[in-house]
Amino acid sequence: MSSEGRVRKRLTSRTASLVAIVIAVLWTTPTFGLLISSFRPELEIKTNGWWNFFGDPQVTMANYEEVLLNQGLLSYFINSLVITIPSVLFPVAFSAMAAYALAWTRFRGRDWIFIGIFALQIVPLQMALIPMLQMLSPVQEALIWPYPTATVWLAHTCFALPLGIFLLHNFISELPGDVIEAARVDGASHARIFRQVVLPLIVPALASFGIFQFLWVWNDLLVGLVFAGGGPDNAPLTVRLAEMAGSRGQEWQRLTAGAFVSIVVPLIVFLSLQRYFVRGLLAGSVKG
Amino acid sequence: MASHLQRKLFALVGVAALALTATACKGGNTDTGAKDKLDTPECAAFTDYKGIAGKTVTVYSPIRDADGKLMEDAWKAWADCTGVTVKYEGSAEFEAQIKVRVDGNRAPDVTLIPQPGLLESFAKAGKLKPVGDKTKAMAEKNFTKDWLKYGTVDGKLYGAPLGSNVKSFVWYSPKMFKDNGWTVPTTWAELITLSDKIAGEGKLKPWCAGIGSGDATGWPATDWIEDIVLRDQGPDVYDKWVAHSIPFNGPEITSATDRAGSILKNAAYVNGGYGDVKSIATTTFQDGGLPIVQGKCALHRQASFYANQWPKGTKVAEDGDVFAFYFPAIDPAKGKPVLGGGEFTAAFTDRPEVQAFQTYLASEHYANTRAKTGNWVSANKGLELANVSNPIDKKSVQILQDPATVFRFDGSDLMPATVGAGTFWKGMTDWITGKSTKETLDFIENSWPK
Repeated sequence: MSSEGRVRKRLTSRTASLVAIVIAVLWTTPTFGLLISSFRPELEIKTNGWWNFFGDPQVTMANYEEVLLNQGLLSYFINSLVITIPSVLFPVAFSAMAAYALAWTRFRGRDWIFIGIFALQIVPLQMALIPMLQMLSPVQEALIWPYPTATVWLAHTCFALPLGIFLLHNFISELPGDVIEAARVDGASHARIFRQVVLPLIVPALASFGIFQFLWVWNDLLVGLVFAGGGPDNAPLTVRLAEMAGSRGQEWQRLTAGAFVSIVVPLIVFLSLQRYFVRGLLAGSVKG
Repeated sequence: MASHLQRKLFALVGVAALALTATACKGGNTDTGAKDKLDTPECAAFTDYKGIAGKTVTVYSPIRDADGKLMEDAWKAWADCTGVTVKYEGSAEFEAQIKVRVDGNRAPDVTLIPQPGLLESFAKAGKLKPVGDKTKAMAEKNFTKDWLKYGTVDGKLYGAPLGSNVKSFVWYSPKMFKDNGWTVPTTWAELITLSDKIAGEGKLKPWCAGIGSGDATGWPATDWIEDIVLRDQGPDVYDKWVAHSIPFNGPEITSATDRAGSILKNAAYVNGGYGDVKSIATTTFQDGGLPIVQGKCALHRQASFYANQWPKGTKVAEDGDVFAFYFPAIDPAKGKPVLGGGEFTAAFTDRPEVQAFQTYLASEHYANTRAKTGNWVSANKGLELANVSNPIDKKSVQILQDPATVFRFDGSDLMPATVGAGTFWKGMTDWITGKSTKETLDFIENSWPK
């Protein structure tokens, strides 16, 4: 029996399933509690725990009404999309090209460059915030674009590249060399090989990195706050959510419903792309 | 399949690019031919602010959500009349973000800063501009020396006082007091007698408190200590303590902390509605006083802004569900010590429109307009009591304008950040959960930057 088969068998045994179910329940309980809370009246939320709901069920839509109708979430929702879509496409495109170059073109110091990029993952994002802001301030002024959104794209792209290049490099370097050799013998340039041979083969990896990046950018507060600011023109949904509790946190019951509103988009993205996700994760790692 | 996906990708990029151009057009025409409306009758109050139409002022502060909106409503008339666009941004992460923005060359024009210590550090680093002459004259006209002192660094005024809050309040339920025949205490001795009486009756514990507040857990307890240092030791010792010319673990502060402990760490007194003394540390400040409306606790010492924490429908008034009385002095002969906080309007730039905005915020016109939009208190002398709508704000303004009042700013906002926003909070949390007064004060004293 191959090692893959053994792993598969062990992971599908009854005990393993039971453990998985227990973990899943434990993991979901807080989210479930939040969901229950989001339908409870304000005073109940603030004075006792969500499990009291089962003894004394009081259902209200007040939290959702408040969040959706009175808090102007729509414009922040659009801001989040405007920030997230390019911040996913840019790093996916750049890291795919960089990963191809590092895996299949030969030049001096190639491995050192790769190690350098890989090592950059260790640098905490927080350390780079102020220097990045200083660097990007003149960039923003030079652009005709009057909003700082472009700098948010740049910032997210920069922070995503090390991991993206690393992930895609592993994937691309696993591609069979024969295929690429054959294309080269037929006279294809690197650009053409990348476009017509490599890209179609790495779609699952691109998708899984894309999902990672999407979830990260959509849920990001720090980068958005620092580079986009908090105004209704630019700020993403997370920034609005953080403010929604009020100056002194007195309205925190709104966060319960707000959290669920902001979860909707990542859920749709994840569920609709999950088959790529699983394939992308497995394809690079499991060998026969 | 691949070309199909590629086409989709290109389409997405195209859409993004389109969106970009569309929004760019929207924002393109800011300052062409903008005019003020100062010659119209409704703008008569603003004729001093000429010649700044079409300009933009960016404002950044921790005041957000409903409070932020009320504030924007208050200066809207000024902005409309002068033709200045005021771009306001309120953030929950203000204290950390303002430093990042200033270091990253993206400072706002104006900031409404609630910590004089932070204001001082920006001023000393040469980041802030001193206020202009007009702002200075306006601030000196409308605020007392007690207040101006906190916006002044090395003899120059950097921040004009704006809003204020009064922290020396004890919340209670007038209804509960009436039903039980209790009276509002006016001296410290009466306060303790009342607490003993409530505790003795055994129906409920007299005090409730909560000091949990995320990474700022502990601050409500520091307010307790500050309030009691003012009462136990007087304002002079308070000033010396804040400036660290007397040690944190000296006899004065030890005595005040023990006095605070006689309430906060007294198992017979706390923690109404929640449990034992330790539950104070795990209860959030927002929830700390809520047992009062449920009839499980009688007294809760917290600032005037706690009025926003009561559940919707709670009537905050002298004859309502909840109200607050002044946290009594120990020796009334020594005046009426009041602990409070507030914001200061400081600027990182000195363009004419920025200074004009600063001047307006310090004016009595703004104070009264802001008071009318609701939920606000200021020490501005030009603020008329009739414009302040809700009872607790009215009471706060009365206290701030009372000549007997000895006002002191929240000490933890004046101390160096490592103590005032660090070890003082942490120390008090440990003190609540069981550390002795001596251990706690020694820990804080040793953390004071040398």
